[in-house]
Amino acid sequence: MNSSSPPPRPLGSGLRALSLATAGAMALALGLVFFYAPLDAEQGFLQKIFYLHVPLAIVALCGFVLAALMAIMHLRSRDPRWDMRSYVAIHMSLIFAVATLITGSIWARGSWGHWWVWSEPTLVSFLIVFLLYATYQPLRFAIEDPERQARYASVFAITAGAFVPMNFIAVRLASAYLHPRVLGSTSNLPPQMAFTFVVSLIGVALLYATLCSCELTAKRTRAQLRAARRMAEARTGAGEAGGAQARRPRSAVPSLPAAGTLAAPAPRGGA
Amino acid sequence: MRRTVGALLRKELLIELRSWQSVPGMSLFAVTTFVVFHFALNRSSVDGDLAAGILWVTLLLAAILGVNRLFVADAEEGGFDGFLLAPVDRGALLLAKALALLTYLVALELVAVPAFALLLLAPSLTSTLPSLTGVLALGDVGVAVIGTLVAALAVRTRARDLLGPLLALPLLVPIVIAGARASSPLLALPAGQPAARWLATLGLYDLLFGLIAYALFDFLLED
Repeated sequence: MNSSSPPPRPLGSGLRALSLATAGAMALALGLVFFYAPLDAEQGFLQKIFYLHVPLAIVALCGFVLAALMAIMHLRSRDPRWDMRSYVAIHMSLIFAVATLITGSIWARGSWGHWWVWSEPTLVSFLIVFLLYATYQPLRFAIEDPERQARYASVFAITAGAFVPMNFIAVRLASAYLHPRVLGSTSNLPPQMAFTFVVSLIGVALLYATLCSCELTAKRTRAQLRAARRMAEARTGAGEAGGAQARRPRSAVPSLPAAGTLAAPAPRGGA
Repeated sequence: MRRTVGALLRKELLIELRSWQSVPGMSLFAVTTFVVFHFALNRSSVDGDLAAGILWVTLLLAAILGVNRLFVADAEEGGFDGFLLAPVDRGALLLAKALALLTYLVALELVAVPAFALLLLAPSLTSTLPSLTGVLALGDVGVAVIGTLVAALAVRTRARDLLGPLLALPLLVPIVIAGARASSPLLALPAGQPAARWLATLGLYDLLFGLIAYALFDFLLED
């Protein structure tokens, strides 16, 4: 835990390229959605929400599963950076899941006339998964010790990650097969629609990656700043306070092992 | 391992027999909930889907009461420290706690199912009772495993009374789906047999979460 090396690259490097790629892919995807993909024969213009709703759902679910893998890495290596990544992945996936529920609800209203349709298993499964993951942050922040917080959060992330596919199977079994299955439906799409869908999926996945790396960079920067400030305080106050052992402040964000990791960059700028 | 589990289970059951902290509360809660359902639905008898739903929701909520109390004594009276000092496999605690919770659930059902049959259920249970017992047993195993994992996860947090149910309910939704669907034909007026796929779902879910809980439980017991 103390021996984690400082990040190999400066913080935020690659973020600009990633953001530009995301903006490009999203712009291309929206252009394709509105000007290239043909209108659906049955649903008409409404069907275009499919290009947003389904990629959001797929990316959010993959994010949850990814977070479980990162949590496994954390429990194996005890490197808190894996816990941080798992936290950020779940955080972003939750936001994407809210967007999935909202777009799905709009789609249901448009095609079936109701804002909520219990017979649509994917939407119902999503709600259950969302309700489970919504307890991640309350659980996490109800634990004060940072090391135990990370460990318990990882246990939760792995349990919930395994729950996601099981839940989808159970809800799917319980529902009538009303709606074409999203994951299998790309094969019977017309090629123009399939191409647009793939570009949208790439755009949304890039958006997820960008937002995750923005949040990670922000958290690391904050931790470095905190460590640098603490070091400065310790130096100025060393004479009067008798070795001010700055205790790690309890904060709402999962904290990096600030003292060990961040000793390296600080002397460069300070002193 | 077997001796450890046996000793821990004996301790759990002895504490329960001396303090009666969980089972009476759970059973009373279940009976009261049936009364509440009677007035809330304004029906004097139920059958089929409705009966299965009422039975499973009531059992689930009563189980949550037991889950919330499962590790409280260990966290407050130093039971975790005592256990960690002993040179035994930590999985033994999971197994013993899950078996204790399973015992509580069986005790709960010994009260709740006859009370349900007496107070609310329209069809007679005599012919379908063996099948219903099987479905309930499969569901109980899953509730015991998930309940133990969730209780261990929530007990050392600031808001454990709130977090326990919040974590447990979504994780138990597949058990409710499969359990209620499987028992619905058993509680219907011309009684039928449960579809095999629901029993398979319950069994698979129990097995999967048993493995997950066994793999992860150690990490909850490190300090």
